[in-house]
Amino acid sequence: MSGSAVGVRRLEPAAITGVMSREVANFRTFWKATAFSSVLEPVVYLLAFGLGLGATVVDKVNGLDYVEFVGTGMVATAVIFSSALPAMFGTFVKEHFQGTYDAILAAPVDVEELVTAEMLWIGIRAGTFGCFPLLVTMLFGLDPAPGMLLVPLFAFVTALGFAAFGIAVAASVAKIDQFNYVTTLVITPLFLVAGTFFPIDQLPEGFQIAAQLNPLHQLVELVRHACFGFEAADALRFAGLFAFSLATWRIAVRRMSTRLVD
Amino acid sequence: MPAIELEGVRKRFGPITAVDGLDLEVPEGICLGLLGPNGAGKSTTMRLLTGQAIADEGRIRVLGHELPAEAKAARAEMGVTPQLDNLDVDVTVEDNLAVFARLYRAPDVRAAVDRGLSLARLTERRHDAVDKLSGGMRRRLLLARGLIHSPRLALLDEPTVGLDPQIRTQLWSLIDGLRSEGVTILMSTHYIEEAERLADEVAVMAAGKIIARGRPSELIATHAGRETAEVYGPPDRLADVRRAAESQGLAVRPAGPAVAIVGAERARDGAVPPEAVRRAASLEDVFVLLTGEEAE
Repeated sequence: MSGSAVGVRRLEPAAITGVMSREVANFRTFWKATAFSSVLEPVVYLLAFGLGLGATVVDKVNGLDYVEFVGTGMVATAVIFSSALPAMFGTFVKEHFQGTYDAILAAPVDVEELVTAEMLWIGIRAGTFGCFPLLVTMLFGLDPAPGMLLVPLFAFVTALGFAAFGIAVAASVAKIDQFNYVTTLVITPLFLVAGTFFPIDQLPEGFQIAAQLNPLHQLVELVRHACFGFEAADALRFAGLFAFSLATWRIAVRRMSTRLVD
Repeated sequence: MPAIELEGVRKRFGPITAVDGLDLEVPEGICLGLLGPNGAGKSTTMRLLTGQAIADEGRIRVLGHELPAEAKAARAEMGVTPQLDNLDVDVTVEDNLAVFARLYRAPDVRAAVDRGLSLARLTERRHDAVDKLSGGMRRRLLLARGLIHSPRLALLDEPTVGLDPQIRTQLWSLIDGLRSEGVTILMSTHYIEEAERLADEVAVMAAGKIIARGRPSELIATHAGRETAEVYGPPDRLADVRRAAESQGLAVRPAGPAVAIVGAERARDGAVPPEAVRRAASLEDVFVLLTGEEAE
């Protein structure tokens, strides 16, 4: 094969799609389990929080039925749990136990292309599975709205950021046990203070300000507004999520370059 | 133009110098065996050649590409078989190959996969998951994966490590086939027999440097002479034999339960006892004399 078939430019589509094709080939072996949990989890949450809590303790939140409030918020939950965690564990396993990245980087693929492909694949997956709670909530009475068509895009862009975050974390820890610190200190607080289960304005002022910096909260707001009516600040929210993904992408590339190239 | 050129290459990992001023040139079309004990720097050298490790000092050119700047273009023209099995075990044989056909930008992925299957002799098992294959089949697949794009240069890092002799012979046939097609091969190994059978030239590596290089017959003639005499017996007897041989300037090395007197044809009266087993000098004699390590 001639070397001229491989350019020297960055982010070659052929390299990125090649890496993604590996992910697709692997995903075909376990997609049923992933799809099962992605559908069942929101059902369980909606039954427990939406119907259980909604029927007994909370009736309406910010003018919305509690089941709709939780169901729309759960898009963000699905996104973080199907992006940050697979990125953390998947990256670590592929690097340390499977030697996958050694194999890929022996082909004409560089670290930036590898990280980008991994992010894109996780983003597509999480963007898709992130919509499941919305679909399930429709079964519980949420009315369809044209703005909902943008939810996959919002979920995808946010998932890219959390995928890159997970990759960067995996490239920074020495042992897989150290993920416990990240899930406890970062992911769980982000998930809880996203406005999924209760409105942020019930929190003390300091937490409310911190919540504004939480990408998951911005995603929750965008999804709710997609369902019930956008507001002007949503463009800014989306731009913020885009910037978050861009920043974490560069950090992930840098961390992985340090880790994978001796 | 040589396929591989390394000049004064040095690579350190903290206080450890894995590759220490390495000079190595591999002409196109030959199979060079990089022979050395564990920790000699063979695998690090392989990673330097793919750009997966960056040299601290020195110059590396692979197939005319300057590394690390042009590592990606160089990798497009080379194929790598790693020491460790890193196949995707849940994925089918043909999907494992198809992924790498795409990564190597094969113009016709299906044709490349068929060629890879044929090379690995796994056409009948194409739809099986890799974890259903035997160890030998997986090794053949690993080799075929790195050759799916018909590379000009093949880097084989301990290609038969840990395999039983029968499977090793199968892989040797595959590697020999590559050599006859004119593919340049750099093969690291610590198996003497592998280097003897496959390599046109052997470079002995120790402590990050090439300490000897040549055709196996040349290395044997230069470093071990024509004949080696192996003497078996109790430790005291072997110590006496060693003393007598060394007093005549002969090299003596341990050989399992025996001692081997290298260059036995030069021995004068008494240095080689009558019960010694004489045999032709081998590459193993050279390896042990030069590296001080027992061969495998």
